[in-house]
Formats: sequence, structure tokens, C-alpha cells
Amino acid sequence: MSGATGTSDAAEGTTLGGLVGSVRATPLTRANPLALLAGALVIAVALLATVDVVSAATALLLEIPLLPLAGLGPRALAVRMLPVLLASVPAGLVTTVIGRDAGAVLLDLGPLSVTEGSLDLGVATTLRILAVGVPGVLLLVSADPTDLGDALAQRLRLPPRFVLGGLAGLRLAGLLVLEWRTLSLARRARGLGDVRGPLAGTRVAAGQAFALLVLALRRATRLAVAMEARGFGAPGAPRTWARRSTFAARDVGVVAGCALVAAAATGAAVWAGTWSLVVG
Amino acid sequence: MAAGERVLLLGASGSGKSTVLAALAGLLTGADADGEEEGELLVAGRPASERAARAGLVLQDPESQVVLSRVGDDVAFGCENLAVPPEEIWRRVREALDVVGLDLPLRHPTAALSGGQKQRLALAGALAMAPGMLLLDEPTANLDPDGVLEVRDAVTAAVTRTGATLVVVEHRVAVWADVVDRVVVLGRPADGTAVVADGPPEVVLAASGEALSARGIWVPQRYRRAPAARPWQPPAAGTPLLSARALACARPGGPVAVRSADLDLPAASTTALTGANGAGKTTLALTVAGLLEPVGGGVVAAPALAAGLGPAPWRWRSRELLRRVGTVFQDPEHQLLTSSVADELAHGPRRLGLPEPAVRARVEELLERLGLAALARAHPYTLSGGEKRRLSVATALATGPRVVVLDEPTFGQDAVTWAALVDLLRELVQDGAALLAVTHDRELVAATGARTHHLAPPDPAVALAPRLDAPPPRRSLRRLVGSR
Amino acid sequence: MSTTARTTTSGAPRTSSWRVVDIVVCSVVGVAAGVALWAWGASSSTLGAPLSLFPPLSALLNGGYLLPALLGALIIRKPGAALFAEVLAALVSMLIGTQWGAPVLLWGLAQGVAAELGLAALRYRRWGLGAAVLAGAVAGVSPGLMDTTFYYPGWEAGWKVVYLVLSVVSGALLAGALGHVVVRALARTGALSGVAAGRSGTRV
Repeated sequence: MSGATGTSDAAEGTTLGGLVGSVRATPLTRANPLALLAGALVIAVALLATVDVVSAATALLLEIPLLPLAGLGPRALAVRMLPVLLASVPAGLVTTVIGRDAGAVLLDLGPLSVTEGSLDLGVATTLRILAVGVPGVLLLVSADPTDLGDALAQRLRLPPRFVLGGLAGLRLAGLLVLEWRTLSLARRARGLGDVRGPLAGTRVAAGQAFALLVLALRRATRLAVAMEARGFGAPGAPRTWARRSTFAARDVGVVAGCALVAAAATGAAVWAGTWSLVVG
Repeated sequence: MAAGERVLLLGASGSGKSTVLAALAGLLTGADADGEEEGELLVAGRPASERAARAGLVLQDPESQVVLSRVGDDVAFGCENLAVPPEEIWRRVREALDVVGLDLPLRHPTAALSGGQKQRLALAGALAMAPGMLLLDEPTANLDPDGVLEVRDAVTAAVTRTGATLVVVEHRVAVWADVVDRVVVLGRPADGTAVVADGPPEVVLAASGEALSARGIWVPQRYRRAPAARPWQPPAAGTPLLSARALACARPGGPVAVRSADLDLPAASTTALTGANGAGKTTLALTVAGLLEPVGGGVVAAPALAAGLGPAPWRWRSRELLRRVGTVFQDPEHQLLTSSVADELAHGPRRLGLPEPAVRARVEELLERLGLAALARAHPYTLSGGEKRRLSVATALATGPRVVVLDEPTFGQDAVTWAALVDLLRELVQDGAALLAVTHDRELVAATGARTHHLAPPDPAVALAPRLDAPPPRRSLRRLVGSR
Repeated sequence: MSTTARTTTSGAPRTSSWRVVDIVVCSVVGVAAGVALWAWGASSSTLGAPLSLFPPLSALLNGGYLLPALLGALIIRKPGAALFAEVLAALVSMLIGTQWGAPVLLWGLAQGVAAELGLAALRYRRWGLGAAVLAGAVAGVSPGLMDTTFYYPGWEAGWKVVYLVLSVVSGALLAGALGHVVVRALARTGALSGVAAGRSGTRV
């Protein structure tokens, strides 16, 4: 299939996040993806190490005002935040019901019960998932795969063959999303468009996923030949990098900023006395 | 072959043309490969596996040769692998892009390139490596006419500038006849000899034009006696079965591809949608076929076609659409559902609820009609390109639709498969079907006596007409993400 | 004047070093599986969509997230294939946009390593159904432990065990058994010629 893609953003950038909405350039989007990833992980680790309401709430309060920095329009932002919301609330509700009981009993349903303790845990669970998910949206949407690959290979010294092989695969991701949509249209054309019921729907989707795999594999073998013809492949062969991955002040700033959020959240929890290590 | 020579390699399917190129590129020998090897192959005096001449290889599928997401990075990839110093890399990248005529910023996304541009990008990537030999394996097979000429001109410029040896494998002789100075025809195992003909283009084509044409090669008119398709008189067109009124279409979540189109599909006729890349032909065809929702105006089905349903194909159930409109996608593999050819053909009729004996009868009939009888038990994915194409047309016909929409049906076909497809389309029209074909192929348009509808790129000044059918339901989140 | 030396190099040498086609195919398998998982999650007419929201039952779906690892391993059949494919699937979901954020990468790494452990236990020599189920089960331990420790630490111990068991079962079935079936079907389409799984001699 030639040229014209379905989304209007093809000319705006090469991040995978662009598949769901166009990405505006902001200081954050121009940072080294390794810094973005490191920052997101720092926050995640700090928040996942404890389960309490204070740390998660603090982190959220600090993160939400930074959302405009992601460079997404309001609709794209909503599309991305919705799954985070949808994931966090039921997890919290379930935890409320099957969580460790402590304090006064609020509701007793036999084996399942809601107590003050489990309610507290439930709220904390919801807030944590939100607080970890928001940096995901904020930071990772603007990560350009090629820049990330350069950083991983040049800064972290990961084996270049695998990094480049991975990049070549990631490049195909956008194409595969378009192919999935075409496969959906083809299924409608062949009479499978509006199957009723989860069982039948699963069969159709499974068949569609299989077809996607076959298409992807065919491209992969052809791509491998093309890459080999361009000199790629000898395990120990010397290579140069056309783009130099730099870790500038802005990138240090991103990581430092995320570390600050993590420290603030942890500090607030410690000060409030609610910080409790997850393990043990 | 001498250095700097330009060779066109011809041969029917199965004569090993691609294998020869891969061998020349040094990809078939050495530690990584498996297979058998007999005799020797010397490139620049050394065995091919050493890749001394550094052959640049350009393959057929534009999409499977792009490695990185930005134009500059992709061209630089080969140089990086050769350990060229960074400053030199970017100099070579700019020069290579200049030679192939790709005047784009280095950060331009490769996903936004057309087929012809992607092939030129692959060529630039090969040129940046300073190859002594350029090997092109059907580089224009998957391109529209404009793309074909772009690539041909880029290759000519490249070879002239660098003086590299050129070996091109192609079906389309006319395009390359003036570029090369030698034509070599490879034979199939059945022919007994590996090389059937070898010499300057005019000599070889004049001597074996007929024979080549019979093997499926597109030989220019002046070298063959019989025309591509037998003359045929299309029947008188009937009443319109499907009409588009001020139709505006777009992909879900995408920009408006067509702002206003008026189109009629009369019974027993063929309509061809033509236009440059990006003009929205496929989107229009899919909307007319009832697969995409119109964003303005509407598609109206005549009562003869709708047979009791509402007038908008978009609103029909999938099963109802199956019986009325058949769609053949550009890539046959997008339509495959089952693990045997017979099951593939039986899928549609079974979905309609026909009794088993009727299903079997229809499958038998289609297998015969499309020459697929020997392949009834084969796995659809293992078929050749031409066979998959015939299969995809057959599956669309299995449910007896009166309107058939085809997206680039003759893309990349050799002459033999092309002729078979044209015969089939003529039969359909004779039986009273209305055909809509998105195509660049002028010969197809002529052979089917099609009325052309030309699409220009959308003009933002044209206002979108209001929807003809009921107001669209509120767009759900799912549709925003485009999972439909 | 050419020497007619006939050399045959078929019958793939037992090399555990990765060729270009291995790297690219493994990468694309991971990416395609990641895209398919994302598309599955985005559609609502399939089994499991509502289930994913309600732990501990959501553990039954964990096998789906382990499938890329198993597919990579069963197709390429070299040490490290499971890890590579799983990391790429995690990267795809992370970069397209996931509700779980950056930890997806960490989980992917751990899940890949767990699958590798399962295969290493069989010295990377067995690639049949049994090996797939074992690797899937071992891989299922990873999200089972990590989810209950970091995402649902507030649960009572009994529920955590339930989650772990469901996760292991899901890994064995949805990743192991299903992975085996899928790779066999892929081999029949001819799409795997050129990599290990396509040369294993399953001629159908």
C-alpha cells in the first residue's frame, strides 16, 4: 500500500505515540528518550515500593499540572488517560473488598469484607496506578524509537545488532497498526464484520491476529535480506554511528525533576508516617 | 559481465532470476546460508561471498526495505555498517539523495513516502555505500506508472554518475529497453539450458519477442504480433446498481480523502477509478463497497441491489453485504481466513447459510472456472502471487454479488496472469455484474472497455455535503482509536 | 574453466549464534505480538476485555502478555529469543501508550527472563509442546509474584496465592500451549522458512 496513511500526523514526527494523535514539540519531547525512560522508572520504582495514600496523592498532585508538557491535544490526552483511569478504579475496588482487614468493619459479606484498613488500601491502590500511569503518558509518548535505540547502544553499550534489529522491528509497528485496520475491513467484506457474542468475536479476532503475524513474518524475512545487503550482520564487525546520542543539561534536568517528584512523594509519606515497604 | 555494463535479466517465473541476484550480492554463500552450490561465481575476481565489489541490492517490496523511520537515518544505515566516519556519512547521504532526486529534509518520516519514493530511498541507501555493482530485483513491480518512471530515471542517473555495473530483473521490458545495453534471458529447468538468449536488446527481442511474451514477460508492442488482450465488445450497460452522491470519504480518524464524488455503477459495465497516489481512490472504493462510513453525502443502492434493505450499504449487516457487494483487496493476503483453498471458497457460502451440497457445488464450479482445481487442498498462504490473486477474486465471487469492487487487480502481474484476469472480468461483466476497479493500468481499462472516473487530490475549498443517511451515531472511543 | 565443486550446506548447523534473519524475525514477532495485544485490548467484542479489569481473575489473562516470549522462543529456538521478543513487545505497548506506564518494561524484562529459565531447564534442546507448557508456566510465575507484590500488596495472603496459581496456569495454557499451536500453524503457511521452526521437518 503506497503513501497516504490514515492519520493526518504522518509528517509530524516518528514517535509511535503519533499513531493516536499528533505530538507537539515541547522541551520534554526534545529530551533524550533514555532520560525520559529513566525518569519514568524512577518515579515508578519509588511509588511501587510503598503502598499508602499520601505518597501516591503527592505524586499525582505534582504530575497533573505537568500534563500539557506532553505535547498532546486534549482529545489525544483523553484517549490515553482513559485506560489508566479504567485500570485504576476496579483494581482499587477489588482491593477494598479482598484487602487485609484492619480497623472497623464497614461492610461484611462473608469471606469478602470492607474495613477501614482495606478501604485505605483500595484508595491507595487506585491512586498508585494513576500516579505511575501519568508519567507513562507524559514521558513515553514523545520517545522517538530511533533516538532511544541510539541512546541504548551508545550510552548503555547494548549490542548494536540487537538494538538495530529491534529498531527495524519497531519501525514496522506503525505499518502493522494500519494493516490491522485493513484486516478488519477485509473481515467485514467477507461476512465476519459484526459477530455477536464474546466467543465468536474472540475467534474472529484470533484469526485476525494470526493473519497479522503471517504478514509481519513475511515482511521480516524480506527486511532481513535487505538489511544484510546493506552490510548489516557480522557479529564483531566495527561500525560507526551517524547520530551521536548526547546527554545534555536538559536530559539531566528531566531525570532530576522526576527524582524530585519521587523524593517529594516518599518524603511526604515518611513525614505523615504512612510509608510502608511493600515487600515483607 | 564487464564492468560498467548494463544488463536486463529476463525469464519466466521459476527461472531463478532472484536467486541469481542474491548470489551476485553474496547473500547465498558463506556461513549463514543453506542450500546447494555448484560451480563458481566470481565478482571482481573474488568469490561472491567475500562481497569485494560491494553490490547494492534493491528489492521488489518498497515497504520491506525501509529500516529506520527518518529518511536521512535510513540512507545512512549502510554507511554505518561499513564503519564510515560520521562526517563522511552525511556527505554521502546528501549526495545519494541528490542523485536519486529525493529532495526531502533528512528528518522526514519514511512512513509518509510514496512507493516510488521508498524505492528511490532504497536506491539512495545502496548508493551511499559506493557500490561497484547495482542489482535491482523487480524494483518497479509494485509501483504506479509515475513511480515506475521516477525509479527508472533515478537508476539511470545513478549509473551514469557512478559508472557502476547494472543488473536489472524485471517483467517490464519497455521501461528498461533504452537503459540497458544487453539482455539475458534465463531458462526454466524444463528448457534444458540455463541461458536461452543473450545479446543487445533489439536483437534478442526481435528474435524471441513472441516466445518471451508467451512466458509472461511484458514485451513492447513492436516486438510481438499478438496484442495483450483479444478484442472484445462490452455489452450494453444496464441501470445503476450503486450510486455515490456528493460522497465525501475518509479513513476512520484520518483526513478527508475525497470531498465530493458522484459516481454510478451500472449493471454489466466496468468503471475504473484513476488518479494520482494520495487522491483517495482506495478510500472511495472502500466507501462505495460499504466498508467505510461516508463523512458527507452518501452511497445509494438501487432497490434491485438492496433487495429489501435500506439504501446505504454502510448500514447493512456484514452478511447482507456479502451477498450483494464483493470486495477484492489490493493485497490478497489481507482476505485469507482459512487453511485450505477449498475452505476459503466455501467460507462465504457457508456464512450465508447455504446447505452443504450447494456449497460444495459452488466450490467445485469456482475451482474449475479459475484454474485452481489442483490446489484445492493447498494452504492459501503458500500459493504464488498470481494464484493468490485468482483465489481472492474467486472468494469474492463465491457469494454471487452483483457489484464487485477491485483494488488494483493487476498490480505486479506478469502477462499470462494478467490475460487470465481480464478474461475473468469480461465474463463477469457479460453476466451482468457491475465492476468498480481502482487501477493505474491503462491496458486494463482498454481491455475491459471501462468508463474512467478520474480523481484529483482533495480541494479544501469544496464544502462537504450533509449526510444522506441518518445522522451518524456519537463517535465512541473505540472508533477514535480506529480498532474497527 | 570453472571448478565443479559441489558443496551442500543445508541441514542447519547447530549454531547458537544469531544470524540477521533470526534477529529481525524475532524482533518483528515481538512487535507484531505487541501490536496484536494492543489491538485486542482496544476492541471490546472479545473475551476477556472486561475480565482484565477485575483482579484476581485478571491473572487468567496474564498468559497473553507472555505469548510474545514463547512465540519468539519457539520460532527462533535460540537462547535469548524469549527475552528479546518479550522486551520488544513491552516496548511497543509502552511507546504506543499503556495504562501501566514505564513498569511495563520492567515486567517485560522479568517475564522474558522467567521464560528463558524455563527453557534453560531443558538445556534449550526441547521445543515441543511439553517444553512450551513448562516455559509458559515458569514465565507465569513472574507476573504472578510481581503483580501481587507491587500492585496488589494490600491483599490477604490467600488471594495472592490464588492470583499466583491462576497466573501460572494461564502462562502454561495461553502462552505455552497456545504458542505451540500458533507456531505449528505458522509453519504450515510457509512464513517460517528460513528460521529454525520452519526447518524442523513438519511437512504438512
